[in-house]
Amino acid sequence: MTAADVLLLALGAIAVGAGWRVVITSHLVRAGLWLVVTLGAVAGAYLVLAAELVAWVQVLLYVGAVVVLLLFAVMLTRAPIGASSDLDRPGWTGLLVGGGAALGLGALLLDGYRWQKVDAPAVGSAQLLGGEVFRHWVLPFEVLSVLLLAALIGAIVVSRPAPGDDSGSR
Amino acid sequence: MIEVIIRVLGVVVAFLTLPLLVGQAEHKVMAHMQGRLGPMYAGAFHGWAQLIADGVKFVQKEDVTPADADRPVFRIAPVIALVPYLVALLFIPLGPRDWLVGQPIDIGLFVVLAVVGVGVVAVLMAAWSSANKYSLLGGLRAAAQLLGYELPFVLAAASVAMAAGTLSLPGIVAAWRPWWLLWQLPAMLVFFVAGLAEIRRPPFDMPIADSELVFGYMTEYTGLRFAFFLLAEYVGIVVISALTAVLFLGGWKGPLDGQLGWLWTLVKTFAVSFVVIWVRVSYPRLREDQLQRLCWLVLVPVSLGQLVLTAAVRVLA
Repeated sequence: MTAADVLLLALGAIAVGAGWRVVITSHLVRAGLWLVVTLGAVAGAYLVLAAELVAWVQVLLYVGAVVVLLLFAVMLTRAPIGASSDLDRPGWTGLLVGGGAALGLGALLLDGYRWQKVDAPAVGSAQLLGGEVFRHWVLPFEVLSVLLLAALIGAIVVSRPAPGDDSGSR
Repeated sequence: MIEVIIRVLGVVVAFLTLPLLVGQAEHKVMAHMQGRLGPMYAGAFHGWAQLIADGVKFVQKEDVTPADADRPVFRIAPVIALVPYLVALLFIPLGPRDWLVGQPIDIGLFVVLAVVGVGVVAVLMAAWSSANKYSLLGGLRAAAQLLGYELPFVLAAASVAMAAGTLSLPGIVAAWRPWWLLWQLPAMLVFFVAGLAEIRRPPFDMPIADSELVFGYMTEYTGLRFAFFLLAEYVGIVVISALTAVLFLGGWKGPLDGQLGWLWTLVKTFAVSFVVIWVRVSYPRLREDQLQRLCWLVLVPVSLGQLVLTAAVRVLA
Protein backbone atom coordinates (compact mmCIF):
# COMPACT_ATOMS: atom_id res chain seq x y z
CA MET A 1 0.00 0.00 0.00
CA THR A 2 1.33 3.40 -0.96
CA ALA A 3 0.98 6.56 1.10
CA ALA A 4 -1.75 7.72 -1.26
CA ASP A 5 -3.75 4.55 -0.57
CA VAL A 6 -3.48 5.06 3.19
CA LEU A 7 -4.52 8.68 2.84
CA LEU A 8 -7.45 7.73 0.64
CA LEU A 9 -8.63 5.11 3.13
CA ALA A 10 -8.31 7.56 6.02
CA LEU A 11 -10.28 10.23 4.18
CA GLY A 12 -12.88 7.67 3.22
CA ALA A 13 -13.20 6.62 6.86
CA ILE A 14 -13.64 10.26 7.89
CA ALA A 15 -16.25 10.81 5.19
CA VAL A 16 -18.22 7.70 6.16
CA GLY A 17 -17.92 8.40 9.89
CA ALA A 18 -19.05 12.01 9.51
CA GLY A 19 -21.83 10.91 7.18
CA TRP A 20 -22.94 8.46 9.86
CA ARG A 21 -23.04 11.31 12.35
CA VAL A 22 -25.12 13.41 9.94
CA VAL A 23 -27.81 10.75 9.98
CA ILE A 24 -27.50 9.70 13.62
CA THR A 25 -27.22 13.01 15.50
CA SER A 26 -30.35 14.51 16.97
CA HIS A 27 -28.83 18.01 16.97
CA LEU A 28 -30.33 19.61 13.89
CA VAL A 29 -27.60 22.14 13.07
CA ARG A 30 -24.77 19.82 14.04
CA ALA A 31 -26.00 17.43 11.35
CA GLY A 32 -25.36 20.19 8.81
CA LEU A 33 -21.91 20.81 10.25
CA TRP A 34 -21.04 17.11 10.06
CA LEU A 35 -22.09 17.32 6.42
CA VAL A 36 -19.35 19.93 5.96
CA VAL A 37 -16.83 17.43 7.34
CA THR A 38 -18.10 14.71 4.99
CA LEU A 39 -17.92 16.92 1.92
CA GLY A 40 -14.49 18.22 2.96
CA ALA A 41 -13.18 14.67 3.32
CA VAL A 42 -14.55 13.77 -0.11
CA ALA A 43 -12.79 16.86 -1.53
CA GLY A 44 -9.61 15.63 0.13
CA ALA A 45 -10.07 12.25 -1.54
CA TYR A 46 -10.35 14.00 -4.92
CA LEU A 47 -7.12 15.84 -4.16
CA VAL A 48 -5.34 12.57 -3.38
CA LEU A 49 -6.58 11.22 -6.72
CA ALA A 50 -4.99 14.31 -8.40
CA ALA A 51 -8.35 15.71 -9.46
CA GLU A 52 -7.44 19.21 -8.27
CA LEU A 53 -10.15 21.17 -10.00
CA VAL A 54 -12.98 18.83 -8.97
CA ALA A 55 -11.77 18.97 -5.38
CA TRP A 56 -11.86 22.76 -5.22
CA VAL A 57 -15.16 22.94 -7.09
CA GLN A 58 -16.49 20.68 -4.35
CA VAL A 59 -15.22 23.10 -1.70
CA LEU A 60 -16.49 26.21 -3.50
CA LEU A 61 -19.95 24.89 -4.34
CA TYR A 62 -20.83 22.35 -1.68
CA VAL A 63 -19.05 23.62 1.43
CA GLY A 64 -19.18 27.31 0.53
CA ALA A 65 -22.66 27.52 -0.92
CA VAL A 66 -24.94 24.46 -0.66
CA VAL A 67 -24.34 23.66 3.00
CA VAL A 68 -24.45 27.35 3.87
CA LEU A 69 -27.86 27.65 2.18
CA LEU A 70 -28.99 24.56 4.06
CA LEU A 71 -27.83 25.91 7.42
CA PHE A 72 -29.32 29.29 6.57
CA ALA A 73 -32.71 27.73 5.89
CA VAL A 74 -32.58 25.66 9.08
CA MET A 75 -31.64 28.70 11.18
CA LEU A 76 -34.40 30.79 9.62
CA THR A 77 -37.05 28.26 10.58
CA ARG A 78 -36.12 26.23 13.62
CA ALA A 79 -32.67 25.66 15.03
CA PRO A 80 -32.78 24.69 18.70
CA ILE A 81 -29.52 24.26 20.56
CA GLY A 82 -29.29 20.79 21.98
CA ALA A 83 -31.00 17.56 21.01
CA SER A 84 -34.42 17.53 19.40
CA SER A 85 -36.41 14.55 20.65
CA ASP A 86 -38.97 14.60 17.85
CA LEU A 87 -36.54 13.97 15.00
CA ASP A 88 -36.45 10.20 15.22
CA ARG A 89 -37.80 8.15 12.39
CA PRO A 90 -38.08 4.38 12.42
CA GLY A 91 -34.60 3.13 11.55
CA TRP A 92 -35.59 0.26 9.30
CA THR A 93 -36.80 2.44 6.40
CA GLY A 94 -33.50 4.31 6.35
CA LEU A 95 -31.61 1.06 6.55
CA LEU A 96 -33.65 -0.37 3.70
CA VAL A 97 -33.25 2.65 1.39
CA GLY A 98 -29.63 3.48 2.27
CA GLY A 99 -28.44 -0.12 2.43
CA GLY A 100 -30.28 -1.02 -0.76
CA ALA A 101 -28.83 1.92 -2.66
CA ALA A 102 -25.30 1.22 -1.39
CA LEU A 103 -25.57 -2.50 -2.21
CA GLY A 104 -27.00 -1.81 -5.65
CA LEU A 105 -24.39 0.78 -6.56
CA GLY A 106 -21.60 -1.36 -5.17
CA ALA A 107 -22.76 -4.39 -7.14
CA LEU A 108 -23.07 -2.27 -10.28
CA LEU A 109 -19.54 -0.90 -9.92
CA LEU A 110 -18.07 -4.29 -9.15
CA ASP A 111 -19.86 -5.86 -12.09
CA GLY A 112 -18.87 -3.01 -14.40
CA TYR A 113 -15.17 -2.95 -13.63
CA ARG A 114 -14.42 -6.32 -11.99
CA TRP A 115 -10.77 -5.91 -11.01
CA GLN A 116 -9.48 -4.37 -14.17
CA LYS A 117 -7.14 -1.40 -13.86
CA VAL A 118 -8.10 1.91 -15.41
CA ASP A 119 -5.41 4.44 -16.25
CA ALA A 120 -6.32 7.80 -14.81
CA PRO A 121 -5.05 10.98 -16.46
CA ALA A 122 -2.02 12.23 -14.56
CA VAL A 123 -3.54 15.41 -13.16
CA GLY A 124 -7.14 16.53 -13.50
CA SER A 125 -6.13 20.06 -14.43
CA ALA A 126 -8.54 22.81 -15.43
CA GLN A 127 -7.31 22.66 -19.02
CA LEU A 128 -7.89 18.92 -19.36
CA LEU A 129 -11.31 19.06 -17.74
CA GLY A 130 -12.40 22.09 -19.76
CA GLY A 131 -11.31 20.40 -22.99
CA GLU A 132 -13.23 17.23 -22.12
CA VAL A 133 -16.39 19.07 -21.08
CA PHE A 134 -16.54 21.32 -24.10
CA ARG A 135 -15.42 18.73 -26.66
CA HIS A 136 -16.97 15.38 -25.76
CA TRP A 137 -19.62 16.29 -23.22
CA VAL A 138 -21.07 19.51 -24.62
CA LEU A 139 -24.57 18.14 -25.08
CA PRO A 140 -25.07 16.83 -21.50
CA PHE A 141 -23.47 20.03 -20.24
CA GLU A 142 -25.92 22.22 -22.15
CA VAL A 143 -28.89 20.04 -21.20
CA LEU A 144 -27.89 20.34 -17.54
CA SER A 145 -27.66 24.11 -17.80
CA VAL A 146 -31.15 24.20 -19.33
CA LEU A 147 -32.37 22.13 -16.40
CA LEU A 148 -30.80 24.57 -13.94
CA LEU A 149 -32.31 27.49 -15.83
CA ALA A 150 -35.73 25.85 -15.61
CA ALA A 151 -35.27 25.39 -11.85
CA LEU A 152 -34.25 29.04 -11.54
CA ILE A 153 -37.32 30.27 -13.42
CA GLY A 154 -39.46 27.93 -11.34
CA ALA A 155 -38.07 29.39 -8.13
CA ILE A 156 -38.83 32.92 -9.33
CA VAL A 157 -42.39 31.98 -10.32
CA VAL A 158 -43.05 30.24 -7.00
CA SER A 159 -41.68 33.09 -4.89
CA ARG A 160 -43.50 35.89 -6.74
CA PRO A 161 -46.94 36.84 -5.48
CA ALA A 162 -49.68 36.13 -7.99
CA PRO A 163 -50.87 39.20 -9.94
CA GLY A 164 -53.61 41.04 -8.06
CA ASP A 165 -52.73 39.28 -4.82
CA ASP A 166 -51.89 41.86 -2.17
CA SER A 167 -51.23 39.38 0.59
CA GLY A 168 -47.73 38.67 -0.67
CA SER A 169 -44.71 40.23 0.99
CA ARG A 170 -44.20 43.78 -0.05
CA MET B 1 10.98 18.76 3.11
CA ILE B 2 13.07 21.63 4.49
CA GLU B 3 11.93 23.74 1.58
CA VAL B 4 8.28 23.13 2.48
CA ILE B 5 8.93 24.09 6.10
CA ILE B 6 10.66 27.32 5.04
CA ARG B 7 7.78 28.20 2.71
CA VAL B 8 5.17 27.57 5.41
CA LEU B 9 7.24 29.55 7.93
CA GLY B 10 7.44 32.44 5.49
CA VAL B 11 3.67 32.45 5.06
CA VAL B 12 3.15 32.27 8.84
CA VAL B 13 5.46 35.25 9.32
CA ALA B 14 3.48 37.19 6.68
CA PHE B 15 0.29 36.03 8.41
CA LEU B 16 1.49 37.44 11.72
CA THR B 17 3.00 40.74 10.54
CA LEU B 18 0.95 42.04 7.59
CA PRO B 19 -2.40 42.16 9.47
CA LEU B 20 -0.68 44.00 12.34
CA LEU B 21 0.72 46.56 9.91
CA VAL B 22 -2.72 47.03 8.36
CA GLY B 23 -4.31 47.30 11.81
CA GLN B 24 -1.84 49.93 12.96
CA ALA B 25 -2.29 51.82 9.68
CA GLU B 26 -6.04 51.72 10.28
CA HIS B 27 -5.66 53.23 13.76
CA LYS B 28 -3.54 56.06 12.47
CA VAL B 29 -5.26 56.71 9.13
CA MET B 30 -8.71 56.73 10.70
CA ALA B 31 -7.51 59.05 13.43
CA HIS B 32 -5.99 61.56 11.04
CA MET B 33 -9.01 61.47 8.73
CA GLN B 34 -11.16 62.28 11.75
CA GLY B 35 -8.87 65.07 12.99
CA ARG B 36 -7.42 63.27 16.02
CA LEU B 37 -4.14 61.58 16.86
CA GLY B 38 -4.96 57.93 17.48
CA PRO B 39 -2.77 55.83 19.80
CA MET B 40 0.28 57.87 20.85
CA TYR B 41 1.73 56.34 24.03
CA ALA B 42 2.22 52.57 23.67
CA GLY B 43 5.82 51.96 22.56
CA ALA B 44 6.76 55.64 22.82
CA PHE B 45 6.93 56.49 19.10
CA HIS B 46 3.42 57.36 17.84
CA GLY B 47 1.91 54.38 19.61
CA TRP B 48 3.49 51.77 17.36
CA ALA B 49 3.07 49.03 20.00
CA GLN B 50 -0.65 49.61 20.52
CA LEU B 51 -1.71 46.42 18.75
CA ILE B 52 0.83 44.34 20.67
CA ALA B 53 -0.58 45.79 23.87
CA ASP B 54 -4.07 44.92 22.62
CA GLY B 55 -2.90 41.38 21.95
CA VAL B 56 -1.52 41.02 25.46
CA LYS B 57 -4.79 42.38 26.82
CA PHE B 58 -6.83 39.83 24.84
CA VAL B 59 -4.68 36.96 26.10
CA GLN B 60 -5.26 38.02 29.71
CA LYS B 61 -9.03 38.25 29.41
CA GLU B 62 -11.27 35.49 30.67
CA ASP B 63 -12.42 33.03 28.03
CA VAL B 64 -16.18 32.84 28.59
CA THR B 65 -18.46 30.27 27.00
CA PRO B 66 -22.13 31.08 27.60
CA ALA B 67 -24.01 28.47 29.64
CA ASP B 68 -26.62 27.85 26.94
CA ALA B 69 -24.15 27.75 24.08
CA ASP B 70 -23.36 24.68 22.02
CA ARG B 71 -19.89 24.35 23.52
CA PRO B 72 -17.79 22.49 20.92
CA VAL B 73 -19.21 24.46 18.00
CA PHE B 74 -18.87 27.76 19.86
CA ARG B 75 -15.26 27.08 20.74
CA ILE B 76 -14.08 25.90 17.32
CA ALA B 77 -15.78 28.62 15.24
CA PRO B 78 -13.04 31.32 15.62
CA VAL B 79 -10.39 28.87 14.43
CA ILE B 80 -12.43 27.98 11.36
CA ALA B 81 -12.87 31.69 10.67
CA LEU B 82 -9.11 32.19 10.64
CA VAL B 83 -7.79 29.11 8.81
CA PRO B 84 -9.23 29.81 5.30
CA TYR B 85 -7.36 33.11 5.08
CA LEU B 86 -4.13 31.45 6.21
CA VAL B 87 -4.57 28.86 3.45
CA ALA B 88 -5.40 31.59 0.92
CA LEU B 89 -2.15 33.42 1.75
CA LEU B 90 -0.25 30.25 0.76
CA PHE B 91 -1.19 30.70 -2.89
CA ILE B 92 -0.77 34.45 -3.41
CA PRO B 93 2.47 35.19 -5.26
CA LEU B 94 4.76 38.09 -4.38
CA GLY B 95 6.90 37.76 -7.46
CA PRO B 96 7.31 35.79 -10.69
CA ARG B 97 9.70 33.17 -9.33
CA ASP B 98 8.55 30.06 -7.52
CA TRP B 99 10.27 30.91 -4.25
CA LEU B 100 8.12 34.02 -3.90
CA VAL B 101 4.93 31.96 -3.63
CA GLY B 102 3.97 29.94 -0.58
CA GLN B 103 2.87 27.07 -2.79
CA PRO B 104 2.95 27.42 -6.58
CA ILE B 105 -0.11 25.77 -8.09
CA ASP B 106 -1.78 25.73 -11.48
CA ILE B 107 -5.27 26.77 -10.41
CA GLY B 108 -4.29 29.21 -7.66
CA LEU B 109 -7.06 31.71 -8.36
CA PHE B 110 -9.73 29.06 -8.09
CA VAL B 111 -8.30 27.64 -4.87
CA VAL B 112 -8.15 31.06 -3.23
CA LEU B 113 -11.76 31.84 -4.16
CA ALA B 114 -12.95 28.43 -2.94
CA VAL B 115 -11.10 28.67 0.35
CA VAL B 116 -12.20 32.23 1.14
CA GLY B 117 -15.80 31.11 0.64
CA VAL B 118 -15.49 28.63 3.54
CA GLY B 119 -15.27 31.46 6.09
CA VAL B 120 -19.04 31.89 6.05
CA VAL B 121 -19.47 28.47 7.67
CA ALA B 122 -17.53 29.78 10.68
CA VAL B 123 -19.79 32.83 10.87
CA LEU B 124 -22.90 30.66 10.87
CA MET B 125 -21.38 28.37 13.50
CA ALA B 126 -20.53 31.29 15.77
CA ALA B 127 -23.91 32.88 15.24
CA TRP B 128 -25.98 29.81 15.98
CA SER B 129 -23.95 28.29 18.80
CA SER B 130 -23.90 31.51 20.85
CA ALA B 131 -27.58 31.02 21.83
CA ASN B 132 -28.12 34.77 21.50
CA LYS B 133 -30.71 36.47 19.34
CA TYR B 134 -28.33 39.23 18.26
CA SER B 135 -25.73 36.67 17.24
CA LEU B 136 -28.25 34.69 15.24
CA LEU B 137 -29.57 37.79 13.48
CA GLY B 138 -26.03 38.85 12.65
CA GLY B 139 -25.22 35.39 11.34
CA LEU B 140 -28.28 35.29 9.10
CA ARG B 141 -27.43 38.70 7.70
CA ALA B 142 -23.86 37.57 7.11
CA ALA B 143 -24.97 34.40 5.31
CA ALA B 144 -27.40 36.29 3.07
CA GLN B 145 -24.71 38.88 2.31
CA LEU B 146 -21.90 36.43 1.63
CA LEU B 147 -24.00 34.16 -0.57
CA GLY B 148 -25.09 37.13 -2.65
CA TYR B 149 -21.71 38.81 -2.99
CA GLU B 150 -19.89 35.57 -3.74
CA LEU B 151 -21.44 35.69 -7.21
CA PRO B 152 -20.07 39.06 -8.49
CA PHE B 153 -16.81 38.30 -6.63
CA VAL B 154 -16.24 35.10 -8.57
CA LEU B 155 -17.56 36.51 -11.86
CA ALA B 156 -15.21 39.51 -11.71
CA ALA B 157 -12.25 37.22 -11.02
CA ALA B 158 -13.38 34.96 -13.87
CA SER B 159 -13.20 37.92 -16.23
CA VAL B 160 -9.47 38.43 -15.57
CA ALA B 161 -8.82 34.71 -15.74
CA MET B 162 -10.54 34.68 -19.12
CA ALA B 163 -8.55 37.68 -20.33
CA ALA B 164 -5.28 36.06 -19.27
CA GLY B 165 -6.30 32.60 -20.40
CA THR B 166 -5.13 30.95 -17.19
CA LEU B 167 -6.23 30.28 -13.60
CA SER B 168 -2.67 30.51 -12.28
CA LEU B 169 -2.04 33.70 -10.30
CA PRO B 170 1.55 34.23 -11.55
CA GLY B 171 0.27 33.45 -15.06
CA ILE B 172 -2.35 36.18 -14.79
CA VAL B 173 0.26 38.76 -13.77
CA ALA B 174 2.55 37.61 -16.57
CA ALA B 175 -0.24 38.19 -19.10
CA TRP B 176 -1.22 41.54 -17.58
CA ARG B 177 -0.62 44.74 -19.58
CA PRO B 178 -1.08 48.32 -18.33
CA TRP B 179 -4.06 48.94 -20.65
CA TRP B 180 -5.94 46.22 -18.74
CA LEU B 181 -6.42 48.90 -16.09
CA LEU B 182 -8.97 50.48 -18.43
CA TRP B 183 -10.43 47.42 -20.02
CA GLN B 184 -10.88 45.48 -16.75
CA LEU B 185 -11.85 48.52 -14.70
CA PRO B 186 -15.49 47.47 -14.12
CA ALA B 187 -14.34 44.02 -13.02
CA MET B 188 -11.81 45.60 -10.65
CA LEU B 189 -14.42 47.84 -9.03
CA VAL B 190 -16.87 44.94 -8.70
CA PHE B 191 -14.17 42.68 -7.27
CA PHE B 192 -13.09 45.28 -4.74
CA VAL B 193 -16.61 46.11 -3.57
CA ALA B 194 -17.64 42.45 -3.40
CA GLY B 195 -14.39 41.72 -1.59
CA LEU B 196 -15.20 44.36 1.01
CA ALA B 197 -18.57 42.70 1.50
CA GLU B 198 -16.94 39.27 1.72
CA ILE B 199 -14.82 40.35 4.69
CA ARG B 200 -17.76 42.31 6.16
CA ARG B 201 -15.90 45.60 6.32
CA PRO B 202 -17.80 48.87 6.63
CA PRO B 203 -19.90 49.99 4.78
CA PHE B 204 -20.90 46.33 4.44
CA ASP B 205 -20.86 45.53 8.17
CA MET B 206 -24.58 44.94 8.49
CA PRO B 207 -23.89 41.51 10.11
CA ILE B 208 -21.96 43.24 12.91
CA ALA B 209 -23.84 46.56 13.05
CA ASP B 210 -22.73 47.51 16.55
CA SER B 211 -25.44 50.13 17.01
CA GLU B 212 -28.28 47.64 16.54
CA LEU B 213 -26.95 44.09 17.04
CA VAL B 214 -24.38 44.72 19.84
CA PHE B 215 -21.65 42.99 17.81
CA GLY B 216 -23.53 40.57 15.59
CA TYR B 217 -22.23 37.02 15.54
CA MET B 218 -19.26 38.01 17.74
CA THR B 219 -21.41 39.32 20.60
CA GLU B 220 -20.74 36.45 23.00
CA TYR B 221 -17.03 36.07 22.28
CA THR B 222 -14.34 37.23 24.69
CA GLY B 223 -10.58 37.21 25.03
CA LEU B 224 -8.51 35.24 22.60
CA ARG B 225 -11.43 33.83 20.63
CA PHE B 226 -12.71 37.33 19.95
CA ALA B 227 -9.19 38.34 18.95
CA PHE B 228 -9.20 35.47 16.45
CA PHE B 229 -12.26 36.93 14.74
CA LEU B 230 -10.63 40.37 14.65
CA LEU B 231 -7.42 38.89 13.28
CA ALA B 232 -9.45 37.07 10.61
CA GLU B 233 -10.90 40.42 9.55
CA TYR B 234 -7.46 41.99 9.15
CA VAL B 235 -5.97 38.98 7.37
CA GLY B 236 -9.06 39.23 5.17
CA ILE B 237 -8.11 42.80 4.26
CA VAL B 238 -4.61 41.64 3.35
CA VAL B 239 -5.94 38.75 1.24
CA ILE B 240 -8.51 40.86 -0.61
CA SER B 241 -6.02 43.69 -1.19
CA ALA B 242 -3.31 41.32 -2.37
CA LEU B 243 -5.75 39.59 -4.70
CA THR B 244 -6.89 42.92 -6.13
CA ALA B 245 -3.25 43.93 -6.63
CA VAL B 246 -2.30 40.64 -8.28
CA LEU B 247 -5.40 40.28 -10.48
CA PHE B 248 -6.05 43.85 -11.55
CA LEU B 249 -3.06 46.06 -10.75
CA GLY B 250 -0.34 43.98 -12.33
CA GLY B 251 1.20 42.51 -9.16
CA TRP B 252 4.97 42.88 -9.35
CA LYS B 253 5.01 44.84 -12.62
CA GLY B 254 6.53 48.29 -12.39
CA PRO B 255 9.85 50.08 -12.84
CA LEU B 256 12.86 47.89 -11.91
CA ASP B 257 10.61 44.84 -11.54
CA GLY B 258 13.58 42.57 -12.20
CA GLN B 259 14.94 43.22 -8.72
CA LEU B 260 12.15 44.90 -6.80
CA GLY B 261 9.11 43.01 -8.05
CA TRP B 262 8.10 41.69 -4.62
CA LEU B 263 8.26 45.24 -3.28
CA TRP B 264 5.81 46.40 -5.95
CA THR B 265 3.35 43.69 -4.95
CA LEU B 266 3.59 44.76 -1.32
CA VAL B 267 3.26 48.46 -2.16
CA LYS B 268 0.17 47.82 -4.28
CA THR B 269 -1.32 45.59 -1.59
CA PHE B 270 -0.87 48.28 1.03
CA ALA B 271 -2.23 50.93 -1.31
CA VAL B 272 -5.42 48.90 -1.73
CA SER B 273 -5.55 48.30 2.04
CA PHE B 274 -5.39 52.06 2.50
CA VAL B 275 -8.43 52.45 0.26
CA VAL B 276 -10.22 49.79 2.33
CA ILE B 277 -9.61 51.89 5.46
CA TRP B 278 -10.50 55.08 3.63
CA VAL B 279 -13.85 53.63 2.53
CA ARG B 280 -14.57 52.63 6.13
CA VAL B 281 -14.10 56.18 7.34
CA SER B 282 -16.01 57.78 4.47
CA TYR B 283 -19.21 55.81 4.00
CA PRO B 284 -22.12 55.11 6.35
CA ARG B 285 -23.30 51.54 6.76
CA LEU B 286 -25.59 50.24 4.02
CA ARG B 287 -29.02 49.11 5.12
CA GLU B 288 -29.84 45.44 4.53
CA ASP B 289 -32.11 46.12 1.52
CA GLN B 290 -29.65 48.62 0.02
CA LEU B 291 -26.93 46.02 0.44
CA GLN B 292 -28.84 43.32 -1.43
CA ARG B 293 -29.99 45.82 -4.05
CA LEU B 294 -26.40 46.92 -4.74
CA CYS B 295 -25.33 43.31 -5.13
CA TRP B 296 -28.08 42.00 -7.38
CA LEU B 297 -28.99 45.11 -9.37
CA VAL B 298 -25.56 46.70 -9.83
CA LEU B 299 -22.65 44.36 -9.22
CA VAL B 300 -24.02 41.19 -10.83
CA PRO B 301 -25.13 42.91 -14.08
CA VAL B 302 -21.88 44.86 -14.31
CA SER B 303 -19.78 41.74 -13.83
CA LEU B 304 -21.85 39.84 -16.40
CA GLY B 305 -21.42 42.71 -18.86
CA GLN B 306 -17.69 42.66 -18.18
CA LEU B 307 -17.61 38.94 -18.90
CA VAL B 308 -19.31 39.52 -22.25
CA LEU B 309 -16.85 42.31 -23.06
CA THR B 310 -13.85 40.18 -22.10
CA ALA B 311 -15.12 37.26 -24.14
CA ALA B 312 -15.78 39.49 -27.16
CA VAL B 313 -12.30 41.04 -27.03
CA ARG B 314 -10.68 37.64 -26.56
CA VAL B 315 -12.52 36.15 -29.55
CA LEU B 316 -12.12 39.13 -31.88
CA ALA B 317 -8.59 40.23 -30.98
